[in-house]
Amino acid sequence: MNRLTKLFAAKPRDILNVYFTAGFPTLDSTVAVIRNLAEAGADLIEVGMPYSDPMADGETIQQSSMKALQNGMNLKLLFEQLTEARRHTQVPLVLMGYYNQVMQYGPERFVAAAAAAGVDGLILPDLPAYEYERDFREIAEAADLQVSFLITPQTPDERIRQIAESSTGFLYVVSSSSITGGSSEISDRQRAYFDRIAALDLPNPKLIGFGISDAATFRTACEYFNGAIIGSAFIRALGGQEDRVGEATQAFVKRILEPSYS
Amino acid sequence: MIHTQIDERGYYGRFGGAYIPEMLQANVEELRVNYLRMLEDPEFRREFDLLLKDYVGRPSPLYYADRLSQHYGAKVYLKREDLNHTGAHKINNTIGQILLAERLGKKRIIAETGAGQHGVATATVCALKGLQCIVYMGEVDIERQAPNVARMRMLGAEVRPARSGSRTLKDATNEAIRDWINNPEDTHYIIGSVVGPHPYPDMVARFQSVISEEMKWQLAEKTGRDYPDAIVACVGGGSNAAGAYYHYLNDERVRLIAVEAAGLGVDSGESAATSQLGTEGIIHGSRTLLMQTEDGQIVEPYSISAGLDYPGIGPLHAFLIDAKRAEAVSVTDDEALAASLFVARQEGIIPALETAHAFAALDHMSYGPEDVIVVCLSGRGDKDLAAFSAYLESQPLP
Ligand SMILES: Cc1ncc(COP(=O)(O)O)c(C=O)c1O
Repeated sequence: MNRLTKLFAAKPRDILNVYFTAGFPTLDSTVAVIRNLAEAGADLIEVGMPYSDPMADGETIQQSSMKALQNGMNLKLLFEQLTEARRHTQVPLVLMGYYNQVMQYGPERFVAAAAAAGVDGLILPDLPAYEYERDFREIAEAADLQVSFLITPQTPDERIRQIAESSTGFLYVVSSSSITGGSSEISDRQRAYFDRIAALDLPNPKLIGFGISDAATFRTACEYFNGAIIGSAFIRALGGQEDRVGEATQAFVKRILEPSYS
Repeated sequence: MIHTQIDERGYYGRFGGAYIPEMLQANVEELRVNYLRMLEDPEFRREFDLLLKDYVGRPSPLYYADRLSQHYGAKVYLKREDLNHTGAHKINNTIGQILLAERLGKKRIIAETGAGQHGVATATVCALKGLQCIVYMGEVDIERQAPNVARMRMLGAEVRPARSGSRTLKDATNEAIRDWINNPEDTHYIIGSVVGPHPYPDMVARFQSVISEEMKWQLAEKTGRDYPDAIVACVGGGSNAAGAYYHYLNDERVRLIAVEAAGLGVDSGESAATSQLGTEGIIHGSRTLLMQTEDGQIVEPYSISAGLDYPGIGPLHAFLIDAKRAEAVSVTDDEALAASLFVARQEGIIPALETAHAFAALDHMSYGPEDVIVVCLSGRGDKDLAAFSAYLESQPLP
């Protein structure tokens, strides 16, 4: 069974999904980051495929991507690293990246390599629904890779329903109208938006992402759906920690899960 | 005959579409469902035409360049977009888009710019309509196009430096897109070329199509037939070319010449000759030709001309080149500089560095003495005087 399906069945609440950029802070830190995230209690890990022009991402993820590319990260190497990570952990892994990377690798070849490396899901934020249904859905399903789509406060209900139908994985609930990297408290307006989505009664698991940066925002997000995604805050925590990636990773997860930890 | 109009999903053949994250969907969708209806509205048409006439100064002349004609042994006509208000074709598009933004109730305008011509044209229409204006510009371009930065500020626009990547047009576009994601309600993004997600390529091409619309009757008046044998235009994203080709796209009697910037040379590693160096992929929401690595990382381009220093081309041009309807020619920095000087001294017209690439392409072509060639003179060279002065100093005294 797909590890994501298993996870959502076993743990419907308080799921912590942590994003990091593969190849950051160092080229070979990928495996250590995954192992330490899993050990410290992350339920799900989103592995960013660094891209030169990440249009939906803020400065933090942009810079980590640039660094990762300078470090020499590429998809072939990433699949090798993920294969290695899979020898040590069964934590569900989701790859996140821009569709041009998949297109150049070749969609079939990409899906096959990801599945072989033990990847469970994909997030390709700039792949439109029509092109997904036409070019991608079948091959991803055949390889048992779940594809997650994003919804935002601007997405109308009707479209949310369509997206939910296309999503074979969890729904990525973008918390506010913004690029990644923000951090502030969750506002009344956001709460109203979460309530609106909850009222749609969709069958898909849902995780809130963008702007979740600490224990408090994580807790609040968990009140609404199955859990939340933290990205930029973790990247910031890894910055300058090239020599102690493991400790920095564990400490970060502890700060989220055990607010008394410091 | 090839089908040169977009299909319902915004594709020219397999090029185009809207590869955008959901965070941009609401903004882009609002435009997509409204743009054709608004453009066809007689009141919109009336206001657009009036502004083009009284404010921009259209129609732009079609000038018979006698000395260039003698030199090349063909009839060379120049479509004088350099005489437009603000000095380039870019204003045709910004007038159209500001009217659209106004009708959509937007209060805040953002734009990207390379050479600064689109930034100036955007700042201008924002001043005209009293709307807030923010222009993203690569740090490198802020430096090399200083006069236009000063003009934008004079017009009340805020110029925000793009500091990522090659710090040129591609990066300014990324920053503008991010701004739009962060401001999904009150902001309109005026893209400066026939690039970006559907409906931008088609919308911008329609606004620029006035160039070939005028060419038709001007040629009929001057040559007795309403089409030329060839149209030569430089291609950054491709908006002046799209406008100059538009009404001839399906007229196979007309050769369409797309001139790209080769920088230091197509194979030098410092180039922006997208159709030669590029492969199919996605850039700024559009499936098109772009310069990229095998891994799909976008390559940083280079050209002396800020307006051509872009690693992609609009999907219409990718389609036209792929279908062999348009011919791509590439021109180096040095050839463009030499052409600027030549045109200045033959015709008393100092072209923009972008446009100089189109002139230099005339040396790469062959023609018969009766051939009618139209060069789209997309802009004037005032903004490039620093580059021209440096070039003059490097030349032996006459
Ligand atoms: C004078 C001039 N010509 C051409 C261009 C290139 O743009 P496009 O290919 O969209 O016409 C620019 C862009 O800044 C310009 O300023």
